[in-house]
Amino acid sequence: MPVLCSSCAEKRAVLKRPKTGHSLCKECFFWAFEEEVHQTIVAAKLFKPGETVGIAASGGKDSTVLAHVMKLLNERYNYGLELMLLSVDEGITGYRDDSLETVKRNQQQYELPLKIVSYEELYGWTMDAIVKQVGLKNNCTFCGVFRRQALDRGAIMLKVDKICTGHNADDVAETVLMNVLRGDIARLRRCTAISTSSEGEGVVPRCKPLKYAYEKEIVLYAYFKKLDYFSTECIYSPNAYRGYARTFLKDLESVRSSSIMDIIHSGENLSVREGIKMPVQGTCSRCGYISSQALCKSCVLLEGLNRGLPKLGIGKHHRLHDKILSQQPLTEKEERKLKSVEF
Amino acid sequence: MCQVEEDYRDELESVDVPSISKKCVKCKEASAAVVIRAGDAYCRVCFKEYFIHKFRAMLGKNRLIFPGEKVLLAVSGGPSSCSMLNQVKEGLSQNAHKKLRFRPGIIYIDEGGAVGQSVEERRRTVAELQGVFRATGFLFYVVPLEQVLNLPSSVVASAPAPPEHLSSAYKAAVDRFIQSDGSSCLTPQDKGQTSLPEVHESQTQVLQQLIASAKTLTAKQDLLNTLRQHLLVHTARTEGYSKLMLGDNCTRLAVKLLTSISLGRGAQLAQDTGFSDSRYGDIISVRPMRDYSAKEIAYYNHLFNVPSVFIPSLDTKTADKASVQRLTESFVIKLQADFPSTVSTIYRTGEKLQTARLSSSTADHCDRCLLCMCALDTAVEEASALQATLISEQLSQTTSPGATRTTTPRPNRAPVEPESSAPTGQCCSSGGQEHCGRAESGGGCCSSAKGPEMTNLRSLLCYSCQLTIKDMSSVEHLPQYILSEARRRQRRSQMREEISEFLLDGVDEGV
Repeated sequence: MPVLCSSCAEKRAVLKRPKTGHSLCKECFFWAFEEEVHQTIVAAKLFKPGETVGIAASGGKDSTVLAHVMKLLNERYNYGLELMLLSVDEGITGYRDDSLETVKRNQQQYELPLKIVSYEELYGWTMDAIVKQVGLKNNCTFCGVFRRQALDRGAIMLKVDKICTGHNADDVAETVLMNVLRGDIARLRRCTAISTSSEGEGVVPRCKPLKYAYEKEIVLYAYFKKLDYFSTECIYSPNAYRGYARTFLKDLESVRSSSIMDIIHSGENLSVREGIKMPVQGTCSRCGYISSQALCKSCVLLEGLNRGLPKLGIGKHHRLHDKILSQQPLTEKEERKLKSVEF
Repeated sequence: MCQVEEDYRDELESVDVPSISKKCVKCKEASAAVVIRAGDAYCRVCFKEYFIHKFRAMLGKNRLIFPGEKVLLAVSGGPSSCSMLNQVKEGLSQNAHKKLRFRPGIIYIDEGGAVGQSVEERRRTVAELQGVFRATGFLFYVVPLEQVLNLPSSVVASAPAPPEHLSSAYKAAVDRFIQSDGSSCLTPQDKGQTSLPEVHESQTQVLQQLIASAKTLTAKQDLLNTLRQHLLVHTARTEGYSKLMLGDNCTRLAVKLLTSISLGRGAQLAQDTGFSDSRYGDIISVRPMRDYSAKEIAYYNHLFNVPSVFIPSLDTKTADKASVQRLTESFVIKLQADFPSTVSTIYRTGEKLQTARLSSSTADHCDRCLLCMCALDTAVEEASALQATLISEQLSQTTSPGATRTTTPRPNRAPVEPESSAPTGQCCSSGGQEHCGRAESGGGCCSSAKGPEMTNLRSLLCYSCQLTIKDMSSVEHLPQYILSEARRRQRRSQMREEISEFLLDGVDEGV
């Protein structure tokens, strides 16, 4: 017996919404999905008319759907935004080069300008080269730190007012869990915020319009809209520990489908006890980027790479910051500890 | 996502090779008997000293339990609460180094009826526990969970404000205690127990119906926790205790913290897992076992023959994915096996949190959840997970034909508002009360009013308790004290609505 759409009660339902369990027809699902993103944008006042917004595009499902929906909503509701695509080329052969092809196709389909910034031009290192020196363990640290800054630099080059990223509800919930497991109270407090407040110069505000969209619904949306996206895991990412949190979240979702939203609700309502030490935001004394230490992570990592001591930025070596700043050589003992890991 | 250091291995996975040296790390003389953590090998004597000191230190540091105060120990029969009982007994004994100075009593809640144990099984368990309790010489109460059906609604009504705790008050209490020579309270006044209330089979059935009305094990467990808590608080109140001691250990609390987050109880985390919990006002719960890991307790109980009794619970012998609570437990335990600092890291995260939104002094009792008695966390901003979920539900349901598409569906800002409380209120409160609670399945007035009653109830609940109620087939099986308090609150808020234009800002009589 065909199930009727619970929204229009006319057409045949083609899917069961992972988020609410309702059966919907294709059109009603599209409408609901887009409308929800719109409500999120309006309720959180993410954009102002006339702003230029960079969409962080990786070619994956989240950013592809984000680009599609942003363009659609911008026209449907006259946001008055100028949209652009912004991509980072980490220099991973067999992964990013392929996904960037998808982004380039998206650019033509959506007729949006595209800017690609590469690690090579910004840092002089591609991820391929970094992995050659660092090994497969810990390389995600480099990639993650560099990408955060690369997006900002790209945004400044494009002169955009804001960046929006494709983080979905699953990502946010997973991060809440991760930060609890790591005991990272500062990030636990920040991670559910839908947009970053103006953090200082050289940092472009970011927001997550898909914050309340389930990953499964994003895939459903892309599937039924026949959107062109690239779905391969990065060849360098083992991501062991985060994998536990991810599996746990998926299991939770299967026990109670609202779990993802429940966790975000929890995260939004946490409050940190007074008197708990929080890292103070300052600026990097070398590059001027935001940093809670004398040197920003990206500069430390880069220094490590350039000195042939890749472990310099892995783990905590704040004591060495002074030495790096004053360009002093490290002692032999220190060097030995920071040499590449055998694998 | 936003964080980048993905290399947790080094930090969290410390290699735990037990130190080969067989000497105790403390006295460095006796040979080690237990390894608590990697590298920490203790001999029997030093381990006992360490364990006992930890208990006294926890109580001493927090200074919440006054000398001479009556404290009710909630003992479930499990290793943790039995160990707590053992510590209290140890601390009160004449030869204790730093004597504890409060007056203990024990309470055991027999949940056999909810779990589905036979009368015979329940009797056997109770008998076994009574043996343990008698050996302590403390006063004890064995209360069947069925009694929760007869609670007065004062349990979930406005809780009296907690007494002010000042350090001067503590000192004064100490002085008073010393003057009165303190001996009177240490001798167990009236040994034994209050008479064991008979459980009627019909009551067990009502209780079972209530538990069965929760469709998921997650909701069943949550409901059972709530009922147990109410019964504990009520017994403490009627028997004149002002503190309730719970046996939650560090491992348990880490699981509880992650469970709470997964169930949407972020705002209540600090109360759910902190040392003290004052949500019931006059009765304060404390968790003195929170610094012990389950492993330490197991070692101690084993080495020093602390008896405990195995009692099955709702999730005994269920699969990992049977409920959110069960899944979280197995996740934490498994992760702990690979990364030995998991439990302590989660636990320490909890230490850094506090109860949200409690700072506003206007948080009167109407703003507390009907079930868990925590401050409501449902008055959220427009951009929030709760609003997003409501919008999703609204957009996925039939809208009146015609009025669609072109107009942007505005989210009904507060579906949590009592929209149609009138019909239910009238029907049920007008004398039909017993009839309502007693589940005359499909009985006229209530079954028709079931829908609105359910939605009305939601407005009185916190986010997480709403989820539990959502998982229930009907709310008519809820105990009478909850339903009548719900109706009372609804009437109050209706009244408030009517006279709202004459009320001045800031003047809030609350209850």
